[in-house]
Amino acid sequence: MKLHEYQSKEMFSRYGIPVPRGIAASTREEAIEAAQNLDGPWVVKAQVHAGGRGKAGGIKVVSTHDEVGNAAEALLGSRLVTHQTGPEGAPVHKVLVEEATKVSHELYVALMIDRGFRGPVVIASASGGMDIEEVAATTPERILKEGIDPVLGLQPFQGRRLAYGLGLPQELIRPASQIALSLYDIFIDNDCSLLEINPLAIDEAGKLVALDAKVDLEDDAMFRHHDLLPLRDREQEDELEAQALENNIAYVKLDGYVGCLVNGAGLAMATMDVIQNAGARPANFLDVGGGASEDKVALAVSIMLSDPEVTQVLVNVFGGILRCDIAAGGIVKAWRDSNSQLPMLVRMRGTNVDEGKDILRGSGLDVTFADTLTEVSAALSASLR
Amino acid sequence: MSILVDSNTRAIVQGITGGEGSFHARACIRYGTNVVAGVTPGRGGQLFDDQIPVFDTMNEAVKETSADTSLIFVPAPFAADAIAEAADAGISLIICITEGVPILDTVRVLRHLEGRPIRLIGPNCPGLISPGERCKLGIMPGNIHQPGRAGVVSRSGTLTYEAVGQLTGIGVGQSSCVGIGGDQLIGTSFVDVLEMFNNDPDTDFVVMIGEIGGTMEQDAATYIGEHFRKPIASLIAGATAPPGKRMGHAGAVITGESATSAAKTRALQEAGAVIIPTPADIGDTVQAMLAKA
Repeated sequence: MKLHEYQSKEMFSRYGIPVPRGIAASTREEAIEAAQNLDGPWVVKAQVHAGGRGKAGGIKVVSTHDEVGNAAEALLGSRLVTHQTGPEGAPVHKVLVEEATKVSHELYVALMIDRGFRGPVVIASASGGMDIEEVAATTPERILKEGIDPVLGLQPFQGRRLAYGLGLPQELIRPASQIALSLYDIFIDNDCSLLEINPLAIDEAGKLVALDAKVDLEDDAMFRHHDLLPLRDREQEDELEAQALENNIAYVKLDGYVGCLVNGAGLAMATMDVIQNAGARPANFLDVGGGASEDKVALAVSIMLSDPEVTQVLVNVFGGILRCDIAAGGIVKAWRDSNSQLPMLVRMRGTNVDEGKDILRGSGLDVTFADTLTEVSAALSASLR
Repeated sequence: MSILVDSNTRAIVQGITGGEGSFHARACIRYGTNVVAGVTPGRGGQLFDDQIPVFDTMNEAVKETSADTSLIFVPAPFAADAIAEAADAGISLIICITEGVPILDTVRVLRHLEGRPIRLIGPNCPGLISPGERCKLGIMPGNIHQPGRAGVVSRSGTLTYEAVGQLTGIGVGQSSCVGIGGDQLIGTSFVDVLEMFNNDPDTDFVVMIGEIGGTMEQDAATYIGEHFRKPIASLIAGATAPPGKRMGHAGAVITGESATSAAKTRALQEAGAVIIPTPADIGDTVQAMLAKA
């Protein structure tokens, strides 16, 4: 689950990480009122779950109350298209009005799980404000990394080592180290999957301040953070993906036209690959999960069918925990509920496969069967001709 | 012979009275696995299906049954606790099926196991099976397997069944099949399992099924290039996955060039692995590889 910048900064503030003074606003009037309570000039920042806002025109620096209002009005209700959002963009329902910071230098700090290290690491770089992946690719020596022992936690010496490594002046060593330690506390207390400050600025007065803030919470740990659930902004998520997530179905919308329903993530990815290799394009990734009931399968199918791009469907079920007859029952139910006429290519194996196929055969739906992935591939290729 | 488990394995099922635990404990027992006990706090003293003693704690269960292996089905919030309890009770092989374990729980428990003679498989894995030994500790359908000399290792569940199904379909049996799990952090890596297959006299060749996310397949490629002495065929799923999106498995997300299917496939090819071009070609590729060997 992603947080907005203004939510992330409120969290940072509670943990003592310096952020610019700012107030979130949902209307032009609120934005002007916010500016009246802050010192100008101001920055008006679109609140969306995507990076690249600056280049996309989502961040405006303004110097009068009226300009604050105009900037807010232009952003609110629009969809911001950045390189991370896709062409449809992300809806702007809130802006953050902040006191503008005069920046003398920009740094980068992040905390994340590192697979190689098998635990959390702090990443820091003196090249802030840039795309960190690009820095890592072109000048890896400019990326500093501290692995954290989960028993000890991040230690002050590691914070100091990072600060000295960044070449900071002596008076900023302790404050910079403290920011790293606070980030670690946030990470652990809230079960984060990613924390990022890009940029962490040194302002004209020589003080550190987090100009941006990114907090991603780990979905698997939300069961112990009910207090954070209200921070979710469902409108930032793809509607179908959000519905699926709420029902414990793994669904990712893609840009093709062959809808696919599969049990198991690995097989679902492999099925997408088979579709592509056959010369067609998958419309989605969909893992209905192991212990799915008929209703859950039906829900998964209805989510898949509500994608208007889907013109044909491939079902690939390797029955184990999920029995083929349960899957078939769910499919038929969803087809009838949605009055779908779409043709369906079905490949079923494993537990209760004959019962499953009988249910589909008897349903009157437009079903073709394939026994192997090779046959699936051939049938898909044939359907394109 | 086989790796990790055999007919002498004495297994405990943690969470044996739960929905999934009971269903799969029965399937394992039916397959031939020697399940000697179950553990569910509060159910101590009962018998599971009138035959398997249930204990409140792992300590008691291990003391009474001399079990050496544990299969975990407890819900995600309690899975790390279950792993630590198994380790503390002296279990040397822990298989955690549970999906959705918070990553920081896994971080702490992996740190706890570090340097101790304990192997954790998973979490978020289908478990493992050694068909010739009639030993299944996992959720895979037993009937698609047949005894033989292929080692199978994979990050996935149903895609592993697909691979095994294709192998059995061409008459190629398996020594052991290990699902190492789809999470970002897991107890046993590809390299760990490849080392075991390398040293197992009853495994002649290996099928390795990787996927997008992380660099575990590149580590495997390095190991294969330097040490692996047996033919190996490999498939990396997720060639069509978009970057930045989690594809079901917590660990299956493209975060950079090295996490892509293409980069992993390239590394494995350069290391000398035979590349399985598409998921439909697992059986055919293995057949061709064996004809050449």
